[in-house]
This record gives sequence, structure tokens and C-alpha cells, in this order.
Amino acid sequence: MTPVATPFFFYMLAGFAIGGGLLVITRRNVVHSALALIVTLLAVAGLYLMLYAPFVAGVQIVVYAGGIMVLFLFVIMLVNIERSSKERRFNRIWPVGLTASCALLALFVSAFVKGNALFPQRMMTLPESSNTQQIATMLYGEAGKMGPYTFAFEIASLLLLVAILGAVIMTRKKI
Amino acid sequence: MSYLGSTLSPGVAGNQLWALIYVFIIFTGVSIAVMAMNWIERKALAHFQIRLGPMRVGPHGLLQPIADAIKLLLKEDIIPADADQFVFWVAPMIGLLAAFTVYTVIPFGPSQAVSDMNIGVLFMLGVSSLGALGVVVAGWASNSHYPLIGALRSSAQMISYEVAMGLTVVSAVLMTSMNEKGIGTLSMIGIVQEQQSQGVWFIFKFFPLGLIAFVVFAIAMIAETNRAPFDMAEAESELTAGYHTEYSGLRWSLFMLAEYAGMIAVSSIAVTLWLGGWLRPFPKLLSAPAWDVIFSLFPALTFFGLTAVAIVGAVRMPGYSVFRIQRIGLAGFAAVLGLIGMSLLVIAIVGLSPARRLMASFRESVGYVYWFVLKVAVFMYLFIWYRATWPRYRFDQLMKVGWKVLLPISLGVLVVTAIWALEGPVLWQWLRELV
Repeated sequence: MTPVATPFFFYMLAGFAIGGGLLVITRRNVVHSALALIVTLLAVAGLYLMLYAPFVAGVQIVVYAGGIMVLFLFVIMLVNIERSSKERRFNRIWPVGLTASCALLALFVSAFVKGNALFPQRMMTLPESSNTQQIATMLYGEAGKMGPYTFAFEIASLLLLVAILGAVIMTRKKI
Repeated sequence: MSYLGSTLSPGVAGNQLWALIYVFIIFTGVSIAVMAMNWIERKALAHFQIRLGPMRVGPHGLLQPIADAIKLLLKEDIIPADADQFVFWVAPMIGLLAAFTVYTVIPFGPSQAVSDMNIGVLFMLGVSSLGALGVVVAGWASNSHYPLIGALRSSAQMISYEVAMGLTVVSAVLMTSMNEKGIGTLSMIGIVQEQQSQGVWFIFKFFPLGLIAFVVFAIAMIAETNRAPFDMAEAESELTAGYHTEYSGLRWSLFMLAEYAGMIAVSSIAVTLWLGGWLRPFPKLLSAPAWDVIFSLFPALTFFGLTAVAIVGAVRMPGYSVFRIQRIGLAGFAAVLGLIGMSLLVIAIVGLSPARRLMASFRESVGYVYWFVLKVAVFMYLFIWYRATWPRYRFDQLMKVGWKVLLPISLGVLVVTAIWALEGPVLWQWLRELV
């Protein structure tokens, strides 16, 4: 079986992701921005698939493209688009954004230049069919033993639980 | 040609030509199924309400879906002046793409699927949740009140019911890990094979846990596809037509196609996860070869039954001269059905001898696809039945059912399934000693 993960697909997906990202920050109409963001998220899901991580790709589609973006649109639809697109931005966040993106660019460039020294030379050869299972053993550990990330995973889920409970409590009229 | 008789789905075997052929077959089949569903729904709804339903176009209105399709294709395509042109144009396609992409992983048989992904269930849930985007975006792009409210309702509804749906799916996936290795699977084909090797459909596993999970899923999937009694997004008494009020002609028909294709898709998930997919009834209990032969006659018998119904219809047609063409048409339809039944019978009998390998593999495929489609067809009829029976929910009731009833039940079922799966025999022993 020949692999379908050819460079052509990588460049196509990367192009979609970057193009979508550019549209997100350049469109004045927020719904168009949200749609462009969905394109970016789906393209990134495709990139995960090319890295033989189908589970992460599936979760990316379910959680981000399917769940969070529908919520985004749900909120955005209540905004009066015509008025908000003519409004001028009143807070000055562009210096912060510029600094952050420059720092990120510097990080990427340094990783690209010094990549050979920083990362292991060997490619991970996880069989695609057991990817989901590998994630499970990493997170939950094998029979009786804790996995390397079990503690971090449980802490993160506790944090999410607290956030959910907080949201539920805040919807009540009297706290 | 070398692919025929292989035991792998074309996607897994890496055979692009056959994958394309499968895609074409499934696309055609689903389109025909949607047309048939359209006719059956109007006919069944009419009979529920003691009406006749479509009777004019063709015998018993059989050609009505085709007439509707032609009408919709020829209708003027209106885009409202104040609508967001591009989004208005792209919205029906999002819905249709999401609805049809799901079919790549639906297993009509152990090798009768376009492909087998090892994240099959996750992929299906994810892509079908993208269908909500089409509805939401369509409602917003119309730039009109009714569609906007319909879209808001639809998005809220889909998000709420997706949670319960996902949790019940997890409890079914948990059941797939109840083998010697203790490793479950998310692949659609793997799930059915697991039910085969465990010798039980998951609806009956850990009774009544599987059944409860299945019922919760069956309720959530009606809400997910925006069907009555949860069709808040297109409640015609409040919102004219909801999110597709401003759509007409071909674009509107794309929405309808997406809705019905989505209904078939979620029914297939339910059939795959809980009702044994392509497995025939009682594969363990009635495992004698004679039973195999008897069950393989069912496809042919179904078509003979349909032929008999069509012949009765042709005989009972009124004798006036205006009905002559209708009678000839119905008799011709009966002949076509009978021919299909005859060829299925030939396949079922000739395929019995293992020497004819191609025929034998055809016979098996017919059996797999038949049982799968039959189970899905039961669900499609249930969709119509619900629509005829239950009044529409109010929106706050809908939210209450989703968050306060289905979500706790599905969470509880998940937890109890996990406990039972881990410590079932020990707990059972302990309970017996207690009593």
C-alpha cells in the first residue's frame, strides 16, 4: 500500500491553514472570520492525519470544528454585524500582538535552524492502527501502573470540571 | 477485477478504482433511498391521518418524487437582495458535504464499505456535527428573522444533544473492549465484528444497560437531525420554515437531501453500534447451515412480497379507461421488482456451492447489505412514525429533556457499564451472597 501522505497534500493543507488564518484576521465581517477559522481548523486536522495521528484529528474535528465553532457562531449571530463592522477598534492591542507574533516567529526560525540538535533524529514509527491505544496507555497507564501523563491529565480534567461547575452556578439567579 | 471477492474494503486495500466505484454506488443508492423515503413518508403520514396522500402522478403517486425533483430543478433560484451572497451560496453545500462524507465509513458488510478508519465512530460523530454548521450559517446568511431564530434554536439543540449522544457512544465503545485482550476499537467494522465474536448485539449486552444507552441515543439522534418531535429549527407554526425559509429551488432541495441523508447516516450509527450492523438475526443460536440457507432467502422473499403488493395494486386499479396507463405502469413496476427478486433468488441458490467463488461472495454480500439496509429501514419508518404521533416539544422542554434527563442518564449508564465491565462477576457474587 502506497502512502497517501505526499508532499502535495502537506502543502495544500498548509496553504489552506495559512490562507484561512489570514482571512480570519483580515475580514471585517465576524461571521466570515469564523468560517475561515473553521477552514483553518479542518486543514490542521488534515495535517494531524498526515502525521499518523487519526485520534487527534478526529478530536480536533469533533471538539473544535463541530462544537466550539458552532458555539462561536451562536454568539456571533446575535451581534449586529453591520454596525460592528463599521466600528473602529478602541483599544490598542496591536503592539502586544506584534511583539507576540515576532517572538513566535523567532522561536520557529530558531527551531528550524537548530532543529537537528534539539529534536531526536529518529522518526516516531507508531503503527497508525494502534495510535488511539497508545494515547490511552500514555494517559491512563497500563494495568495497575500509572502512565507518564496520568497526573497531569487528571489535574487538567479537574480544572475543566471546576470551570463547568462555575458556569452552572453563575447561571443561577441567586448565588 | 482482481479486487472482487477480496475480504478487505477498497480503502483498506488501497484500491482507488474500487473505492471510487463504491462511492458512486453509495451515492446513487442514498439518492434513490432519499427519493423512496420521500414517497413513503408522504404516503405513510397520509395514511396515519386517514388521507390518501399523493395519488395523481403515477400509480399511487409513485412518480411524485421524480416530479418534485424536476419541479425543484426548474424553479427560479432566488437569492434575497440583503442576504450575504457567498455564505448563502455555500451553506447548503456544507450541509450536503457533511451528510455524504459520513458514508465513507458506514459498514454495509465486513468489506462492503468505502473504507475502514480506526477512528470510525469519532469520524462519524465529528463530520455529522459539521452538518450543524450548514444550518446555522444558512439561517444567518438569509438576513431575516425567522431563519435566524431557527438557526439559533438548531445550534443550541445540536450542542445539547451531542453531549448525551457522545456519552452513550462511549458506553458502547466500552463494551467492545470486553474481549480476552481487553482492547476495544473505534472502527465501525471492528465494532460489528466484536459483537459477532462476543455473540451478542450490544443492545442486549449487560441488560438493561445497553438498551438504556440505545434508547438515549435513539432520542438524541432525532434531535440531532432536526426531526419531529424535536424539529424546533423548522417549526412551521412559529417560524414558517425555520432556517431554510429564504431558500428556493435547487438549494432548498439540497437541504432536504442533506436532512434525509443525515437521517440515514445516524440510523446507521445506531445499527452499527447496538443492532449488530450487517449480522443476521441469531447468528449464534441458529447457526446450523440450514438456517444460513433459510436466512439467505430473505432478500428474494422481500422483493417477491413487494411484487405481490404491486400486482394487487394493479389488479385493484379501477376499470375506467383513464386508469389503463397507470395499470400498465404498476404492472411493469411489479415485473421489475419480480425480476430483482428472481435474480436475488438465483444468486442465493447458485452461490450455495462453494465452487462458484464469485457467486458465493455475491451471495454473502447480498445477505450483509440486506440485513444492514433492513435495520436502517426500520429506523427510517420510526422517524415517520414519531412525526405522525408526537406533538412538537416547546423549546424549554427540549432543553430540559436534553440536559436534565438524557445527560444524567447517559452519564450514569457510562459509569455503571464501566463498573460492570471491570468488576461484574465479583459484584454479582457479592450480591448473591448478600441475598
